[in-house]
Amino acid sequence: MELLTILLEIGQGLAGLGAGAAAIGAGLGVGRIGGSALEAMARQPEMAGDLRTNMIIAAALVEGVALFGAIICLLVALG
Amino acid sequence: MIKRLQPFLALIGLVTGPFLWAQHENGHEGHAHQESHAEEGLIEGLEEEAGFDPSPFIMHHVADAYDIHLWGEGESAVHIPLPVILYSEGRGLHVFMSSAFHGHGDERHAVMEDGTEYVLSHGHISLVGDHSGHDHGGEHIMDLSITKSVFGMLFIMALLVFLFGRAAASYKKRPGQAPTGLTNALEPLVVFVRDDIAVPSLGEKKAQKFLPFLLTVFFFILFANLLGLIPFIGGFNITGTVGITMVMATFVFLLTTLNGNKHYWGHLFWPPGVPIFVMPIIIPIEIVGMFLKPIVLMIRLTANITAGHIIILSFVSLILIFGESSAVAGYGVGIFSTLFMIFMYCIELLVAFLQAFIFTLLAAIYFGEATHEAHH
Repeated sequence: MELLTILLEIGQGLAGLGAGAAAIGAGLGVGRIGGSALEAMARQPEMAGDLRTNMIIAAALVEGVALFGAIICLLVALG
Repeated sequence: MIKRLQPFLALIGLVTGPFLWAQHENGHEGHAHQESHAEEGLIEGLEEEAGFDPSPFIMHHVADAYDIHLWGEGESAVHIPLPVILYSEGRGLHVFMSSAFHGHGDERHAVMEDGTEYVLSHGHISLVGDHSGHDHGGEHIMDLSITKSVFGMLFIMALLVFLFGRAAASYKKRPGQAPTGLTNALEPLVVFVRDDIAVPSLGEKKAQKFLPFLLTVFFFILFANLLGLIPFIGGFNITGTVGITMVMATFVFLLTTLNGNKHYWGHLFWPPGVPIFVMPIIIPIEIVGMFLKPIVLMIRLTANITAGHIIILSFVSLILIFGESSAVAGYGVGIFSTLFMIFMYCIELLVAFLQAFIFTLLAAIYFGEATHEAHH
């Protein structure tokens, strides 16, 4: 029982780390999407509208995965 | 204009909040603290709670509730009661206001006229056994209460019907003329949804078919998000409630599935141009993806809005945590916390719009995929 409580405590701490890791991944992904989109817009300003829409879609998909991670971490921490 | 004022309202609230609280604590304690200064009252008030724990504080504000909590703590808290509707097989239907729950703290009780007793603990209502010693009786209760989120949702619906009803009437009254006033404010958004979301992903013809749904979802999410950002009205978290986003995502799923044409199902169960030996891997992924899309739609909206609320509340908690150690630290952190909170408010205003946009856009793209005609 003692060991189990300790392990639970550790698990809750690791949940925080997991949320951080999810944020790192999402940050890298969204940063790359935004950077590439800006580059493309600078090269072809007439395509800016299309690029912006596609950028937001891609960012939303990346963010969705990161939020999955964050939700699971939250469930571990609260559960 | 109101949007612009929000951060300032938040600032005013933050600056004045601690003072009001201090006075309230003084009044509550009666004569004991009458002579102490406001700042001392604040610190004493905090010490009484034996350490400020941000987690329940944040959860209380983010979670759904049976009443709208305006301000204050404990007995002097100002609530707007909402109707509680409970049904159970044995006891029948009970409708009463949430102000019937007496006492404060973790467990609050309400006794009906026929002697049935309900207990509200940790945000859940359960039955109390007929004084027979059984605690919390085992009977299952169907809870159909108008909770905070439900009330907010109904309010947004009424608001949308009112606003768009008036806008529609004004188009009838002044046909062919430039829109004015309210119509002028709503028309750009409607045109935005049509020209930037529906038409590019669905095409002119099919856009007309799905536009009513897309517009409804867009404006419901947008207004619900913005309602959640207005301070001091109880902190609605409508689109941050899983139940509500789940229903919207279910509608998207149903519309996608029911409108799916031969081409869509063909792509799902037998993707063209894929080698045979990859099929056992691709097909399950496609089928899981079909269900995963609306689930992610649901989680994205819920998590984004809830996260925004949690971040803003965390900045409030930061002030209270530092205020525990000393008043100077509290006020010092308070200034920076407030500035960050204003910054987050601006971001949240953007997110409120962005999430409405993303949800509608992805829904439109899914509809577009389902109704796409073969061209190869």
